[in-house]
Amino acid sequence: MPKYAMVIDQRRCVACMACVIACKNENEVPPEQYRTRVLEMVEGEFPLLRMELRSELCNHCDNPPCVYNCPTGASYKRTADGIVLLRKNRCVGCKACVAACPYDARYINHEKGFADKCTFCDHRLKEGKEPACVATCIGKSRIFGDLDDPKSPVRIALRSADSTVLLEGAGTRPRVYYIKKFSKPE
Amino acid sequence: MKFTRRTFLKTSGIATAGLAVAATSTDKFLLWAEEAGLIQPTYVPTFCEICFWKCGAIAKVLNGRVVKLDGNPVHGNSRGKLCARGNGGIGLLYDKDRLKTPLINIGKRGEGKYRKATWDEALGLVAEKMKAIKQQHGPESMALFTHGTPTDHFLPLLSAYGTQNIGMPSFAQCRGPRDVGYELTFGEGPGSPERVDMVNSRVIVLIGSHLGENMHNSQVQDFVEGVSRGAKLIVVDPRYSIAAAKAQQWLPIRPATDLALLLAWINIIISEEMYDWPYLERYSEGFMTLMHSVSHCTPEWAEKETDIPAAQIVETARMIGMNAPAVTIHPGRHATWYGDDVQRSRALAILTALLGSWGRSGGMFLATKASLPKAESKPFPEPGKEPLNTGGYPFAGAEGVTQAIRTATISGSPYPIKGWFVCGTNLMKALPNQKETIEAISKLDLLVVVDVMPMDTAMMADVILPECTYLERHDALAIGKGKSLSVSLRQPVVKPLYESQPGWWIAKELAKRLDLGEYFPWNTYEDKIKAQCSTAGISYDDLKKLGCLTIPDTAAPYITYDNQPTFKTATGKIELYSAELKEKGFDPVPVYVRHPLPPEGFFRLTYGRSAVHTFSRTTNNPALYELYSENEVWINVKKAQALGLKNGDYAVLTNQDGVKSTRVKVKATQRIREDMVYLVHGWDSTPKELTRSSRKGADDQGLITRYAVDPIAGSTGMRVNFVKLQKEA
Repeated sequence: MPKYAMVIDQRRCVACMACVIACKNENEVPPEQYRTRVLEMVEGEFPLLRMELRSELCNHCDNPPCVYNCPTGASYKRTADGIVLLRKNRCVGCKACVAACPYDARYINHEKGFADKCTFCDHRLKEGKEPACVATCIGKSRIFGDLDDPKSPVRIALRSADSTVLLEGAGTRPRVYYIKKFSKPE
Repeated sequence: MKFTRRTFLKTSGIATAGLAVAATSTDKFLLWAEEAGLIQPTYVPTFCEICFWKCGAIAKVLNGRVVKLDGNPVHGNSRGKLCARGNGGIGLLYDKDRLKTPLINIGKRGEGKYRKATWDEALGLVAEKMKAIKQQHGPESMALFTHGTPTDHFLPLLSAYGTQNIGMPSFAQCRGPRDVGYELTFGEGPGSPERVDMVNSRVIVLIGSHLGENMHNSQVQDFVEGVSRGAKLIVVDPRYSIAAAKAQQWLPIRPATDLALLLAWINIIISEEMYDWPYLERYSEGFMTLMHSVSHCTPEWAEKETDIPAAQIVETARMIGMNAPAVTIHPGRHATWYGDDVQRSRALAILTALLGSWGRSGGMFLATKASLPKAESKPFPEPGKEPLNTGGYPFAGAEGVTQAIRTATISGSPYPIKGWFVCGTNLMKALPNQKETIEAISKLDLLVVVDVMPMDTAMMADVILPECTYLERHDALAIGKGKSLSVSLRQPVVKPLYESQPGWWIAKELAKRLDLGEYFPWNTYEDKIKAQCSTAGISYDDLKKLGCLTIPDTAAPYITYDNQPTFKTATGKIELYSAELKEKGFDPVPVYVRHPLPPEGFFRLTYGRSAVHTFSRTTNNPALYELYSENEVWINVKKAQALGLKNGDYAVLTNQDGVKSTRVKVKATQRIREDMVYLVHGWDSTPKELTRSSRKGADDQGLITRYAVDPIAGSTGMRVNFVKLQKEA
């Protein structure tokens, strides 16, 4: 059984936003709402600057607060592959998960009323395709695969460089890994 | 674009269902039906036209609606990936603001009062007026302004009509001087896509190129790949661009002094003997003259000009020199900066030659020598009068000098220009000094615009002909001359919406009415493409199915024993010294000339691209507008504070001639020098028909009232304007 994960190699991101639009088209995300985003953060004073470009999305945590806080059992972590998903018909739109998620990964779909989120493009995985954001990523900054498969792109990426997760101290055990926070060589 | 945390708390409670347009609901139903297994999607390959890169795309169609665009994996320009704009192509297709029917002006020109017309009426009117112009003044009095794929239809039309007065802003407002500079040096331009072998580079040098924000798909892919394989990156840019943020060496140069830096680099490379002598001896001319003419360009001299420390100039020169020839000196693309742009491009080319990078792995690779046989067509009539679109500039290219046509239209000399046919370009946003454009238009008997969207120039036309989008039409085959020869097909994914029509149909129908039907001897464009394929020995069926065919065994990218480069210069060699330039009265080797700096209280106005927009043409695209809905004026934090401006304030820019911009949001940032401001190009569309982007942001072109014409190529340097900022009252 696969253990899906994503690696964001921040060195390769150019903040072109292709992932954002591809995701919106693929997953019918309503206007002004997003399942993924790219943040641009700059530190320092001219001309000594450094910039971080960071794609953010659902971390598909192994210890998912959104699941624990869901009062109706709508949010769940699929045992087969570890993707955090939603049973839409059980969601009442109470926003408990939205408030519980430390990554701001969830939103109430304002057209449909349920607590929407990234699914790692579950429907595309079934067809043997990569998630839409990964498929279109111009810089190949987004890397997807099975953590249990030593030959998968994510394992290759994680082997080749040091990585971190977001808000490690929150104890959520994310499945989205980040390689090199800052773009300049340390 | 800013995503603020916790915005959902503000928005989620508000009933916003009304925001969803009808089209999206249909999409949702279709996606649901697909999920339920009720309908099967079809996939149609074509190529994109949201910019000019021509990326292969595959459209997913559900029940006659396009629901997703993906990159075509077999297409060299996209390699399975599309940028944000390419992904957002559906936004253009289903934009409710599209031009839907032919329109005929019923008010004063520019007033924007139109009535709907049938195609027959609109085409009849255009043909009648074109015939009148021909009769009264001769066919040369019609001019064509064009860009992109519409050119393949309307250039033959206007050539058959009898005029050679063609102007493409891609020359005099963009890459013209660069191409001329490289042609004078190597005998050919750097190509489009530029033949930069960044994947294999050990050093990449970008000068004023903001790759990443400038989203040229395959080139950005190569750039990122090269950098992550360990290429050292040197970025010369007065703004801390996305590329600069990836650089080992960022050189925040004083604007307008790039040539000084280049000459200093050339001097160091020569004096420290880091050039490739065997290569130069074999392929080049004029080394000694070059050496003497740059000998005074010391790092200390350049430091004073460029504001870059001499030590850093030396360090970067050595980084470049020691890694040759696997060094990409990027030729840039939009090169019309200061009016000496051919000479700056010459310096880039000369540096490339010194390093021996032309034709070498990691440098500039050689174009494929293969080509497809040209289809035979009826020869066009010889014009009776000398075309005036070179403007008398000795090295102006065949794409023409747009503003020379504009000047002649205003003056009526050497002969009157009475009609403008405009397609694929929004002249109001492309040409500097809008006053002149407006004045020229006022002198016309006929202004016809073919466009998809009601852009600024379209809404000034006497007759507007609505072209359908790239997803609804055939266009000419795209012949790619990268490492290998490739052929791509544009084919309709869905039927044209409203009453819009493909460009080829419009051209053919007009030709009929102008008695030029014999120049369009096919029934449909598909017939023409099929015939072309069979002449070239390409399977049309394969092309239709795959979208792109790469012709095998056509790549010969690097210099080898049996793959020797040819230089189509006068001497047949790389011309470090150009006798041709000397003969025409120009510097045979680039010489640095100081440009005026902004006066006290003023900032130099510069402009560039956003990764999610292509000039003005995408500003109203719902998907892209959502990500970036107005441009901002970038200003250094310190200067902003001194002016009492902070992030998010609105300000008005006033240029040296007193021209004011519309209000524009302030981006007070550390990422820019103190002597300049920066705008993303193409904003402040005037037509109210663009319901989203109308009057959003500020128009850089409106503030570019002055331009420095390059005497060699006739191109317009547009970074020579100075502006003041004032908080919006």
